[in-house]
Amino acid sequence: MLARGLLASARENFNALPRMSRLLSTVKLPDLPYDYGALEPYISGQIMELHHSKHHAAYVANLNKALEQQAEAEAKGDVSKIITLQGAIKFNGGGHINHDIFWTNLVPPKDFEPPTGELEALIKAQWKSLDNFISTFNAQTAAVQGSGWGWLGYNKGTGRLEIIAMPNQDPLSITGLVPLLGVDVWEHAYYLQYKNVRPDYLKAIWNVVNWKNVADRLAAAKK
Amino acid sequence: MALSMKIQASSLIAGQRRVRPMTGRRAVVIKAALELKAPPYALDALEPHMSKQTLEFHWGKHHRAYVDNMNKQIAGTPLDGKSLEEVVLASWNGGSPTPVFNNAAQVWNHTFFWESMKPNGGGAPTGKLAEAIVRDFGSFEKFKEEFKSAGLTQFGSGWAWLNADKSGQLSLSKTPNAVTPVVEGKTPILTVDVWEHAYYIDVQNRRPDYLTTFIEKLINWDVVAERYAAAQK
Repeated sequence: MLARGLLASARENFNALPRMSRLLSTVKLPDLPYDYGALEPYISGQIMELHHSKHHAAYVANLNKALEQQAEAEAKGDVSKIITLQGAIKFNGGGHINHDIFWTNLVPPKDFEPPTGELEALIKAQWKSLDNFISTFNAQTAAVQGSGWGWLGYNKGTGRLEIIAMPNQDPLSITGLVPLLGVDVWEHAYYLQYKNVRPDYLKAIWNVVNWKNVADRLAAAKK
Repeated sequence: MALSMKIQASSLIAGQRRVRPMTGRRAVVIKAALELKAPPYALDALEPHMSKQTLEFHWGKHHRAYVDNMNKQIAGTPLDGKSLEEVVLASWNGGSPTPVFNNAAQVWNHTFFWESMKPNGGGAPTGKLAEAIVRDFGSFEKFKEEFKSAGLTQFGSGWAWLNADKSGQLSLSKTPNAVTPVVEGKTPILTVDVWEHAYYIDVQNRRPDYLTTFIEKLINWDVVAERYAAAQK
């Protein structure tokens, strides 16, 4: 009886093994840590809902599809096919990574707190003041041609913060910098509320930046 | 490398002369500030397929800003007084575009876009153009699928294009941001803007719906046919 039970349990476990064709598990759309309307009046609930449930969701779905196709191509040894899939993996994978970070970089305005401690000290050391940092960041980010992101990144080599813009959904990680804070300036991130006036969106968003999260990311990067 | 640029008569931007006053014995220096050209229809004329609000922002704000910013950038430089086409080619700078290109090319692209559409547009082309489409794409349906696909797979901001060469051969292309096939030595005859600002007010994230509507309801096949004929001269 014990043997039968063991055999049944072994069979169950075998059937539960992940298919070896897909080494990377399915990517999931993360939940937002706040309601869609929680960032108002700075970012509208309508934008947040579209941005998360349509745009980010599409990156996740398309990334999973591309990874599935890559696994199949790998199983067949079809290197050409693997290569043709890299564009889709970069676009959608980058889109997923970037938005995954972005949602945590934001906080409802009632919970907003300015930067403190080491993060504040670094910002002041490099940009003289938070205001000057924000103006510099906004000028560079507003100037992104077409679609892209403005990033505050941490350079592990120099121990310094850097402001850098990335095109399309290219993740900051490809530069070697650690992403601390990203601001999405694809038009979908602001158009319904701010229309063509990207600078107004960039002024507003600083009311909902989650500096605690930025500080946590900095601390993790320094480990 | 000199690239010839097919100047589409319908897309020339009219120059407005701004005269500087005579100072002493110096000659009057006349420079042309390039103007924002209006679409060949009222801003609400493409409804319900493209809303008046979209035109008000897309033409009235985005296109206007490209013109204003370009004029500011070229004022007092050797490009001041040149035609739009000359400014686009010069600022392309052989593939290392200057900041002027981002504005100048977008001025050109948007005028070309407005003129690619008309109220009660869509339907199908006729005559030589229709024959060429069947010859080069297999069928009109196949062309529509592939044109839509070009628009869908231009990741981020950009444009999808139908081009013709001097022999009448058709081809599709897609370009990022402000890039235009003209700087690639091609002659476009039709374009669709796939920057998000082109469709976000009307259909939000649903770019496929926007492209279907553009193809079925907005394309001005008469203008495309004229451009096709001109490309072969």
